[in-house]
Amino acid sequence: MNKGHSVLYFMLIPGIVLVLIFNYLPMGGLVLAFQNYKPWLGIFGSDWVGMEHFRALFSREDSLQVIWNTFVIAGMKIIVGLVVPVLFAILLNEIRQMGLKRAVQTLVYLPHFMSWVILGGILLDLLSSRGLFNDVILPMFGIGPIPFLTDGDWFRFVVIASDTWKEFGFSTIVFLASLAGINPALYEAAEVDGATRFKQTLHITLPSMVPIIVVVGTLSLGSILNAGFDQIFNLYNALVYDKGDIIDTYVYRVGILSSQFSFASAVGLFKSVIGFILIVIAYRLAYKFANYRIF
Amino acid sequence: MYHKSKGYRVFYGLNIVFLILISLMCIFPLIHVLAVSFSSASAAAANLVTLWPVDFTLKSYEETLSNSKFLDALLISVVRVALVLSLGMIVTVLTAYPLSKFNLKGGKWLAWFFVVTMLFNGGLIPGYILILELGIMNTLWALILPNIVNVYNIILMLNFFRNIPRELEEAALIDGAGQLVTLFRVYLPVSLPSIATIALFIAVQQWNSWFDGLIYLSDTSIWPLSTLLQNLLIAPDLTNNAIDSETLAQMSEKTIRASQIFIGALPILIVYPFLQRFFVKGIVLGAVKE
Repeated sequence: MNKGHSVLYFMLIPGIVLVLIFNYLPMGGLVLAFQNYKPWLGIFGSDWVGMEHFRALFSREDSLQVIWNTFVIAGMKIIVGLVVPVLFAILLNEIRQMGLKRAVQTLVYLPHFMSWVILGGILLDLLSSRGLFNDVILPMFGIGPIPFLTDGDWFRFVVIASDTWKEFGFSTIVFLASLAGINPALYEAAEVDGATRFKQTLHITLPSMVPIIVVVGTLSLGSILNAGFDQIFNLYNALVYDKGDIIDTYVYRVGILSSQFSFASAVGLFKSVIGFILIVIAYRLAYKFANYRIF
Repeated sequence: MYHKSKGYRVFYGLNIVFLILISLMCIFPLIHVLAVSFSSASAAAANLVTLWPVDFTLKSYEETLSNSKFLDALLISVVRVALVLSLGMIVTVLTAYPLSKFNLKGGKWLAWFFVVTMLFNGGLIPGYILILELGIMNTLWALILPNIVNVYNIILMLNFFRNIPRELEEAALIDGAGQLVTLFRVYLPVSLPSIATIALFIAVQQWNSWFDGLIYLSDTSIWPLSTLLQNLLIAPDLTNNAIDSETLAQMSEKTIRASQIFIGALPILIVYPFLQRFFVKGIVLGAVKE
């Protein structure tokens, strides 16, 4: 035993206590998914109902629709959110004027730090039926009004496009870092062989990026059930529930607004379990194929 | 040399134009809001404003900044950020330091004790009921206590600490310094950039947080600014207004909304240049750790 190690354990106490209370206690609280929880009876006084809420979850039409919406929206976000940053990083990497490169980076990283309250407020204004898009910009191209926020399919498009807009810049960071790590000798050799820049990109740049693309792609699988609560909550309305409602917004409306605590917990537990399984698989794959570890 | 070929030079020019257009697209909404906030109410309502103010006026800012509800919320947000930032930084450092030691007995298990919470959580409803049962519903503690520990930041700090040469610690220990002294006199002074990175992450995240205020605080007079903004900008379309209709009508004009949006985003814009200096390094160092 090393001298003075006991003080190291004392340092951990505040963190452990807080995690126990605010992270582990709620996990225990998930038992209310198997109860008919009434706030005035408490967790220890409420009736047990077994799997009833889960049977409801898989037979209610609205909850099945919500699970499907979550998969579709999150899946599209993952795909687009992987392709766009990779392409953008390759294009940005061509720029040799460092000042211009830095300026572009400064501007495209910025939206990542804005909250969806701010961006939602702006988007609702821009995309409404009387907003700048429908009133000024689209008429310039002779396009009639588009129901961005009131038609389900358009709403999905808005959600995926605006999420890409907000996050693509920030996502390029890791790809730019991997581009900077490519051995210049490879390009020099290709140059000697007379390969054009496009050929070099195809045969050197892209293959060199494959490991990091695999890691980012695999890890994002863990969030296949996170379709983006903050974004959807701040953009949606009752007209687009059929295509735009996701598990998290559904849990909020059913659980907090209508106080069906137990059913909402069951939906939440379903999401947590699937998410957990996917994250564990993703980390194992990332570790196996790219030797990636958390710490 | 591919740089000299005609095809590449055409591509290069087009690429520059394309990248500049994309960059401008990223800040277009913010510029638009800024322009609207400095325009007259009638010009804004008629959609005459795109990227430059029409009939320049400061009226919307005067109204927003003389609204006591808005100012109270601003103050609450500052208090929230200050408390979570100071408490969170202390706990992050105190937790990450022991866990960064490879020779700490049981350290691997303790680290997993924290990491598990990144992989699995109770979700919204059990968290809500916990706040209810702890008796901190409708108090600012509901926004502060659950946010002090952020495992992602702890892991980031842990990885930073591990990159510090072991010789530094060994030298301090040989000189008879205890672990506490080593942490505060040796480790912290050389980790200032990483501490700044994490501090900025916490500050931005807490400034932007709005949902916990919405569900935990029924008393709107202690709402942080983000929650108030959410209610002013988004919720008027819905029916669950917690603000009385008179205040709402007064605050809902387009130019006033724009000034509220801009003031809400301003702190982020101010810290952004400092943030940018650090986060690229932090992200790449922590790879895609989340």
